[in-house]
Amino acid sequence: MKLTLRVWRQKNSNTQGQLEDHQLDDVSPDSSFLEMIDDLNEKLTNEGKEPIAFDHDCREGICGMCSLVVNGVAHGQDRELIKAVTICQLHMRNFHGGETIVLEPWRAKGFPILKDLIVDRGAFDRIIQAGGFISVGTGSAPDANASPIPKKNADIAMDAAACIGCGACVAACPNASAMLFTSAKMGNLNHLPQGQTERYQRVVNMVTQMDKEGFGACTNMGECEAVCPKEINLDFIAQMNKDLITAALKGIGPTV
Amino acid sequence: MVGILHFPNTTIGKKIIMALSGAIWLGFLAGHMVGNLKIFMGAEHFNEYAHGLRTLGEPILVYGQALWIARLVVVPALVLHVWAAITLSLLNMQARDSKYVQHRKLNANAAQLSMIFGGIALFLFIIFHLMHFTLGVLVHPSFNPNDPYHNVIAGFQSYFYIPAVIYLIALAALSLHLYHGTWSMFQTLGLNNKTYTKSLRILAWLVAISITAGFALVPLSVMFGVVG
Amino acid sequence: MKNIIDQIKVVEGSLNSAVPEGRIQDVWDNHRFNMKLVNPANKRKFNVIVVGSGLAGGAAAATMGELGYNVQCFFYQDSARRAHSVAAQGGINAAKNYQNDGDSIFRLFYDTVKGGDYRSREANVYRLAQVSNNIIDQCVAQGVPFAREYGGALDNRSFGGAQVSRTFYARGQTGQQLLLGAYQALSRQAAAGSVKLYPRTEMLDLIVINGQARGIVTRNMVTGEIKSYLADAVVLATGGYGNLYYLSTNAMGCNVTASWRAYKRGAFFANPCYVQIHPTCIPPAGEHQSKLTLMSESLRNDGRIWVPRNPNDTRKANDIPEAERYYYLEEKYPSFGNLVPRDVASRNAKTVVDEGHGVGELKNGVYLDFAESIGRLGAHIIKERYGNLFDMYTSITGEDPYKVPMRIYPAIHYTMGGTWVDYNLQTTIPGLFSIGEANFSDHGANRLGASALMQGLADGYFVIPYTMGNYLAQAKSEKVDTNHPAVREAEAGVNERMKKLLSINGKRSVSSFHRELGRVIWDNVGMARTDAGLRTALKRIPEIRAEFWENVRVPGSADDLNQSLEMAGRVVDFLEFGEVMALDALHRAESCGGHFREESQTEEGEALRDDENFAYTAAWEYAGEGKMPILNKEPLTFEYVKLTQRSYK
Repeated sequence: MKLTLRVWRQKNSNTQGQLEDHQLDDVSPDSSFLEMIDDLNEKLTNEGKEPIAFDHDCREGICGMCSLVVNGVAHGQDRELIKAVTICQLHMRNFHGGETIVLEPWRAKGFPILKDLIVDRGAFDRIIQAGGFISVGTGSAPDANASPIPKKNADIAMDAAACIGCGACVAACPNASAMLFTSAKMGNLNHLPQGQTERYQRVVNMVTQMDKEGFGACTNMGECEAVCPKEINLDFIAQMNKDLITAALKGIGPTV
Repeated sequence: MVGILHFPNTTIGKKIIMALSGAIWLGFLAGHMVGNLKIFMGAEHFNEYAHGLRTLGEPILVYGQALWIARLVVVPALVLHVWAAITLSLLNMQARDSKYVQHRKLNANAAQLSMIFGGIALFLFIIFHLMHFTLGVLVHPSFNPNDPYHNVIAGFQSYFYIPAVIYLIALAALSLHLYHGTWSMFQTLGLNNKTYTKSLRILAWLVAISITAGFALVPLSVMFGVVG
Repeated sequence: MKNIIDQIKVVEGSLNSAVPEGRIQDVWDNHRFNMKLVNPANKRKFNVIVVGSGLAGGAAAATMGELGYNVQCFFYQDSARRAHSVAAQGGINAAKNYQNDGDSIFRLFYDTVKGGDYRSREANVYRLAQVSNNIIDQCVAQGVPFAREYGGALDNRSFGGAQVSRTFYARGQTGQQLLLGAYQALSRQAAAGSVKLYPRTEMLDLIVINGQARGIVTRNMVTGEIKSYLADAVVLATGGYGNLYYLSTNAMGCNVTASWRAYKRGAFFANPCYVQIHPTCIPPAGEHQSKLTLMSESLRNDGRIWVPRNPNDTRKANDIPEAERYYYLEEKYPSFGNLVPRDVASRNAKTVVDEGHGVGELKNGVYLDFAESIGRLGAHIIKERYGNLFDMYTSITGEDPYKVPMRIYPAIHYTMGGTWVDYNLQTTIPGLFSIGEANFSDHGANRLGASALMQGLADGYFVIPYTMGNYLAQAKSEKVDTNHPAVREAEAGVNERMKKLLSINGKRSVSSFHRELGRVIWDNVGMARTDAGLRTALKRIPEIRAEFWENVRVPGSADDLNQSLEMAGRVVDFLEFGEVMALDALHRAESCGGHFREESQTEEGEALRDDENFAYTAAWEYAGEGKMPILNKEPLTFEYVKLTQRSYK
């Protein structure tokens, strides 16, 4: 099928970018979205032009590297037809011949654009570094079955831990808020007995770091939830809010 | 920094302040609405109720003191609510420093998207409302501080019902604001979880509709001649 | 060409595996006592470079940071959490025996040696089984949400044909959860300042000074800056080389560059021909295909594998009557049926497809049919068990496996070969260590399911932190800075290579060469190998390489974010590495594990080992540009697990 691609091109973080139009005449409906971009890049290379830079790695929806806003929606999702996928898992049969597809990078102050469709998500790493861990040194762990964990709690922790850190939540949020990401890591650790010791310090530190990175606030719209490839839900944000209140009442301030 | 002092610095802290001050206003509106309905019991009863608000708590409190105490809660709550709204909105605008050429929303509804505009409209309406019924300046044709019943009826009937229509439009804005505000309050205070989400959404609708409907009954009744 | 094998220079006795004496059960404990320690106050004076941030690299960097070393961790992804360990689905083995079903450290050791078809080093494998239990404890303490039973205890399942339930899992994403555990430990050290992270930074050469590994040359993939980092030791945790095949289940960025550069600096490369092929992947849909997606092996529990009996059958699957379906695994292996080991299932799929029975538009797959299970159990049970896999299949192929059979075909999945290491995980270059999939050590010629995660974490958390101390306590290395001639020479080499790549300005893209190379390797050094095929590969690879250097087009510049240049550098190394791999496969005229030589099979078509001639590890040594590498042999002895021939009939 034939497609028109309108792709965001930007030399680096210090320059202005703009949309650039490209035509593809023979896209296989069986190819994945990223393979379609590969094709375009192959064509650009053969024409002596510079290919489009975009992040991708595992191409099976788990590494969280790919990050494209397709026709205004992160990972090209559509609430009814295409959900819980990353853009690398989306296939071209979901598009029609003759269509124009707009490709943009994640846009947020916390995610500066490095080139074309590639952004810097270092902010997420720094949020984890602020407290998204359990302080246990190698070798100091008790037997794995020493503390039983109710299946329900383990399942909730797993629901939250499924986050792949792609940043679609930030990209989709009208406020570029990172609360779904931040709360998911807390939802993982705070539902387990191992995570209780540092629970309230963790919430204060991670929230403080999240704010420092320039992400916006949550207005409870659920855009993040709607595009999350791992279907992480707003409950975890509610839980984070509650824990922050408790932490404040306990008088815990940030240490980051 | 001590935890509780650091709290308002965080985005979530500001949201919680917004939720709590919103909750105060929700309570205030509920009481206000129930009081308004007394208009259907007749002029004498309504005026007595209005006077009663000033003599509430006597003899421990002096005349008007209860009302002022209430104002000392409600007005700062409004100030905090507006402060949080403005700072968070500015922050949110800065957080997306480069704009999407195309951005499509999947989930957001009118109530969510209109929060800030609804909030501004409601703020302007409060000023109008105070001029109209509390201070009786400019927008009221025949204000009489001792006859609230008359003030309401005449206020709504005057100027070709325009004040009544403004009132109704403001109530429409209020209903959306209350729906998303109430639901957000549960979420922000961490009272929401998967089990209750559906029930809380329904509850938020019930709160929004009942308060708005209760308020709307008065101008509608005046317009259609049920009272007056 | 005929006597190419005779031209190989063979060296015996050159490799010291450094396995301490003693009963296998005591070796690691004794060794831990005998190893030298670094005084706590001195640890921060030592710099250690870790390349790679997956299970092995992330765990190693975090643990060495905790110990007090100054660690620098480099990786090409934008975050340490994205290393390809993230993609492992199934689970991780440990000899916990929580299910009380007869598992033990010795049984895990035994199964691993046997599963590796007797081509691994016993002492290393025993240690792996020993520390497997500590891994589970460590991960649980880190907050890894393993699946649990209603009573709150950890759940286990049997995996990959094991007769005990020893596999721990976290839904279908055990790899990601374990990696996040390591990543969080790493993040904690990054916050504490003991580990410095270098995202989007690729290692392009190793710096060796006075025979010791002392640093790496890197390229900042955002700015293009070439920069050298020096240290007292270097750890490679750079994963496997499956992307040599172009189509594999590896991530797009996985590469052999770090290992290959180390090889060219003197680190021997062992058993490159041992690769694992996963039988249940979705077949390629056309020329545009960029990678293959693995479908969990558990599907074989309920799916029946078949192809049309008539090679020219063009009917739709559901129109082919039962009598005309060829359930080849069930017919050939009545007792194991569709559950034969990975390599047997893979090879048989290749055989039927080669014979023209292949299904799908490109006739490149076999059916995995759930109709019978759906009939027997009901669609809801199948949905419960495999719902997410079925959804994934539908999203990729557009077909509904509840209605039509899935199409599957084998794909490259894991590479057992890698940089040669001794018992301390040190390569033949002092101060250079290799851990995880990057080394060759524990899986022999074939890896058991759910053992890759175990090995990566064992090396990273529980082996390298000890052996590194032992090395640093004794290594006497001079103080050097980045003006040292060896550093300058390495940097110049890197710069020159990039300049050359950018200046050729030919007619073909990098990926077209990669694709061509991958095709040659897959056809000739794939699931079933022949003497003639391997010789073809050895002829074709240099031809492709020559054309590459004449005719490749790499757009853009070196001092910018340039993905074509990154890819070109990796393909350059694949083009050289592929030749050594084919040579290794050619010289090993036996079949073992993942290496199947058609000349060496039993009457039933099973892999036939030749223990008399090939019970050794083949470690290839770089002999210089254009010269045939030297074969160093490390003999393998089996004192604890008796050599037997595998049979799945």
